[in-house]
Amino acid sequence: MTDQWSIDVKDLTVAYKEKPVLWDIDIQVPQGVLMAVVGPNGAGKTTLIKAILGLVPVAAGQVLIFDQPYKKQKRRVAYVPQRGSVDWDFPTHVLDVVLMGRYGHLGWFRRPGAYEIELAMKALDQVGMSEFANRQINQLSGGQQQRVFLARALVQDADLYLMDEPFVGVDATTEAAIVDLLKLLREQGKTVLVVHHDLQTVTDYFDWALLMNVRKIDIGPVDDVLTEEKLRLAYGGRTSYLGKDVTMNLETT
Amino acid sequence: MLEVMVSFFTDYTLRTIILGSLVLGIVSGALGSFAVLRKESLLGDAISHAALPGIALSFLIIQSKHSFWLLLGAMISGWCGTILLLLVSYNTTLKRDAILGIVLSVFFGFGLVLMTFIQRLPIPNKAGLGTFLFGNASTLLAGDVIVMGVLGFIAVGILLLIWKEIKVMTFDRDFATSLGIPIKRLDVLLTTLVVIAIVIGLQMVGVVLMSAMIIAPAAAARQWTDRLGLMVILAGLIGSVSGMTGGILSSLVTKLPTGPTIVLVVSFLAFFSLIFAPNRGILIAWLRHQRNRKRIAGETMLLNMLLFAESDTDPYHPHDMGALHAIGRSGGQKTMKTLEDDGYIETPEKDVWGFTELGYKKASDLKKERDTV
Repeated sequence: MTDQWSIDVKDLTVAYKEKPVLWDIDIQVPQGVLMAVVGPNGAGKTTLIKAILGLVPVAAGQVLIFDQPYKKQKRRVAYVPQRGSVDWDFPTHVLDVVLMGRYGHLGWFRRPGAYEIELAMKALDQVGMSEFANRQINQLSGGQQQRVFLARALVQDADLYLMDEPFVGVDATTEAAIVDLLKLLREQGKTVLVVHHDLQTVTDYFDWALLMNVRKIDIGPVDDVLTEEKLRLAYGGRTSYLGKDVTMNLETT
Repeated sequence: MLEVMVSFFTDYTLRTIILGSLVLGIVSGALGSFAVLRKESLLGDAISHAALPGIALSFLIIQSKHSFWLLLGAMISGWCGTILLLLVSYNTTLKRDAILGIVLSVFFGFGLVLMTFIQRLPIPNKAGLGTFLFGNASTLLAGDVIVMGVLGFIAVGILLLIWKEIKVMTFDRDFATSLGIPIKRLDVLLTTLVVIAIVIGLQMVGVVLMSAMIIAPAAAARQWTDRLGLMVILAGLIGSVSGMTGGILSSLVTKLPTGPTIVLVVSFLAFFSLIFAPNRGILIAWLRHQRNRKRIAGETMLLNMLLFAESDTDPYHPHDMGALHAIGRSGGQKTMKTLEDDGYIETPEKDVWGFTELGYKKASDLKKERDTV
């Protein structure tokens, strides 16, 4: 069986109370692409990911993952939430958090064993965090927290990765580690969706982009999507707000 | 102490109290840990108050004071209160604390009305029902302890079975949902387990103060450990010790109510833990803060002196306090004394300070360190 699209979203609308957060979104993501989800604050990027995962109620439309509803494909999907969404003072250590990535595969009543620990240690090694396996999670820096979350997603051994702003507020080491990881995932033929804020680096890190602001502006190869005209459409002509005019920057690269 | 131990085997009341406290402490500590980590500490308060009308209704309907029926009633009405709470919170935008307050007062008010009504009824055997308000350990019978034990065993057993699911949903709710864990159903299940934990303690601690047994042992245990499993075990231990101490004290001293005594003991342990625990305690945090302040004051002074030293041909040339203060007030006599004790500076005459060789080296190292950051 060959699945045509990794993600196939049709007419998706999500509204909190009356205000639509996502309006009639249609996107098809081919397999094996590294895709940035780009748009201004409040564009509904996080909501889109949550809607794909079934975490928020959908007002209209449908989402298919590898041609089936999410519920049937949940083991093929790994989710990296924003790291600020959890309480890092929770009494546990790094390895334990990474092991949580195996809970879906383990199912009810089974505890992680030697095999799961081996997978978790390997994943920690991939993000350069193996020395921290027994570290208390409240002693981690922001970048280290992010890498723990990535390791947790890695042990899920998924085909589709959804990451919510992994680059926000991390140190240079972590940024490099994430970039390496994204490349590795692409080499393995995985599909990766990353909510990304930094327009400067989009073209360097990603090969596809989804540009949105409540509605979809465009989706496709990065260079086709992030044109000055389309960016102005998404950001309302205020692209220069981001320090320097990013559309200028994009044209020179 | 020895007397108490001897009487454990001979004194029926004491043995019942000790066993009852043990069950009460373990179950409320274990489930309380999750209530506290889920930031639902006040849920216990609402549930225990919501249990009161159940006790009264059960007595009115069955007219038996057997703990099984009373606790069953308590459980049903506590559970109803909880479900009402969850339903309102899922379906409205009302804040959780507001809903808790409403459910608590409505159920508790209804319970008090029923209790007063029962007092006026001409039925026998109604005395003693009031003990459910503040708890009374001496009314505990062996049969009650068995009911408590069975309920507690079930609650802790279920908790252990779904341990990893509860853990992941407490830590990261969205991630747990993405794994396909049925969050809402587990919310209901976990809350039901908290209801059981509370019902177990009603006879000893009473509806008014039972929430302390859910919150305090867990809050105390969290201070001493950073591992979830250990926290749950410690909370159970702290709960048991408090239950036993309070229970025994109140049965030895006449007219000492059990619930309040237990709560005083457990609160004492919680306060003690908040202040004196290593790593997380208030005291250690304060000491750390003071030590840091001292260190920074000392380092700043050394760096200030280095500024002088660099502009002088002789880096060890001493300067007086006034000149040092002119570049920045970084410390008083105490700072200078500490630095002198460490061998970094020396004072050839009063209020005049200069580097020692060690101090000059230390200051240069510090400067290099600062410059690289």
